[in-house]
Amino acid sequence: MLHPSPHPRGAPPIIEVRHLTAGYGGPAAVTDISLNVYPEDFTAVLGPSGAGKTTLLRALIGGASIYSGDILYRGQPLRQARPLAGYVPQLETIDWTFPATVTEAVLMGRTRSSRLFPWFSKEDRKHAFDVMDRLGIADLANRHIRALSGGQQQRVFLARALVSNPEVLLLDEPTAGVDVKTRDDILHLLDELNHQGVAVLMTTHEINAVAAHLPWVVCVNRTLIAEGPPKQVFTTGTLLRTYGAEMPVTEYAGITMVAESPHFFGRRNDGRDVDAGHTIHGHQAGRVNEAQHGHRHSATDAPGGA
Amino acid sequence: MLEPLQYEFFRNGLAAATMTGALCGLMGVYIVLRRMAYVGHGLSHAVFGGAAVSYVMSFNFYVGASLWGLMSAVLIQLTARRRTIGTDAAIGIITTASFALGIAIISRYRTFTRSFDAALFGSVLGVTPGDLAAISAVAAASALAVFLGYKYLLFTTFDPEVAPAYGVPAAWVDTLFSLALAATVVISMQIIGVTMLAAAIVIPPVIARQLTDSFGRMMVISTVTGAACGFAGVYISYYADISSGAAVVLLSAALFAAVMGAAAVQKRLSASSARTRVG
Repeated sequence: MLHPSPHPRGAPPIIEVRHLTAGYGGPAAVTDISLNVYPEDFTAVLGPSGAGKTTLLRALIGGASIYSGDILYRGQPLRQARPLAGYVPQLETIDWTFPATVTEAVLMGRTRSSRLFPWFSKEDRKHAFDVMDRLGIADLANRHIRALSGGQQQRVFLARALVSNPEVLLLDEPTAGVDVKTRDDILHLLDELNHQGVAVLMTTHEINAVAAHLPWVVCVNRTLIAEGPPKQVFTTGTLLRTYGAEMPVTEYAGITMVAESPHFFGRRNDGRDVDAGHTIHGHQAGRVNEAQHGHRHSATDAPGGA
Repeated sequence: MLEPLQYEFFRNGLAAATMTGALCGLMGVYIVLRRMAYVGHGLSHAVFGGAAVSYVMSFNFYVGASLWGLMSAVLIQLTARRRTIGTDAAIGIITTASFALGIAIISRYRTFTRSFDAALFGSVLGVTPGDLAAISAVAAASALAVFLGYKYLLFTTFDPEVAPAYGVPAAWVDTLFSLALAATVVISMQIIGVTMLAAAIVIPPVIARQLTDSFGRMMVISTVTGAACGFAGVYISYYADISSGAAVVLLSAALFAAVMGAAAVQKRLSASSARTRVG
């Protein structure tokens, strides 16, 4: 587990979201969300696809229309004071055919602070190189951005965000579509950055792989469902309201685990149908959910099921 | 080679073509990377309408056509936002309507037809010293704007949705870019002509993209290629007695074919050498 206990939250928040309803001109993607981001936060915004997680993140950088509510950055409304936030978009939104080398992509993060000339200063380049070195991608400097693995690509855009010395890192699904080892590397990297003083707010739809390991989780499905450490937030009721599915919750080695899809599918070796909808029973500890018996899809189920 | 240089009209045409070719190459990089090639095509047709209206109203040609072009660009942006219509349809409607207005006006006032031949297809003959001064001024101003706004343009072209997070005022950048584009189209009209202007904007950057993966290098190669095709195109149009617009575009297209051919040959060679190495 990355942090055994939640952070103390005594300091004033960097970002305050108050009763935010936002969208992109059409129907609202998120309704009445209130949330605070504190200086030492390492928070997961958890929810299914279409829950409005990206919209929430975009709203924080001024990339979505605010229909009602406020977003404050250190007490000032967003219009007057944009957060010193590094935004790392979902990898699938990037145009990989664009003519940019790794260095050019990372340097773009310095756009705000550099002068009106086509070239970046020596200082900008040095700083970019340092960040790339820290993230282990310095030897990829002249490679085109598409000639990289998924984990390397994620690091390039993380470097772009870090190069502007942000107080808060906003990441949209940073572990989507990468393998287990890479996902682990990315989370450890974010943990390190968090320890060095950067607040991290990331969206994810992965419960056990990601959210369960972070100190603070915000469950969202168009509106705020629950907020707190995974132990408190992962209850069947909360998960039902967030994902629309009943999921048993248990605990293993101090980490709260959710049986995301407690069904068996297919036939057993002896040719008989497996009991469809047979849920996982018999775990010890904590909040074991009483088994639910749904989805019996075959009329010829063998008797003796749960 | 030096024989036509004795004619003032040729010198003017040569200078105008080189400058507009370079500017089209420069702007074209952003057009192609923003997937706006159709906008470039449509805008040049829209500007024709503005040119015709300016002529009829005895308005200064450059100012009138530029304003009309800018208005069209803004109208395209606004109409494209409605999802039921979409950008390409919006461009198709607005620009062809504008073009049609231009055709309607000149077909009514038949005495203006000759000069509008030049506007449609390009002519190396019609560049007066006054025109040259205007072209130089606009080219310099647009180039300066692109130079100073390089980083902002780069960011909004690559990652427009994230741009606000990095302090880049995307809406402003887009508006200024539209203005520079409208100006580019207006001054390039005379040499290349409205019907083929899109090629001058699209072909040099596509050639450049084949030759490099770096954005900076692409800008340089595209600008130089545009300038070279403009320069050589005027010579070709003089000796072959064809419209300058057609000459520039045919030359650019031939260069593109050559680069693609060379790339294909290179791929074959490296693939076969890899096979012989492995085998």
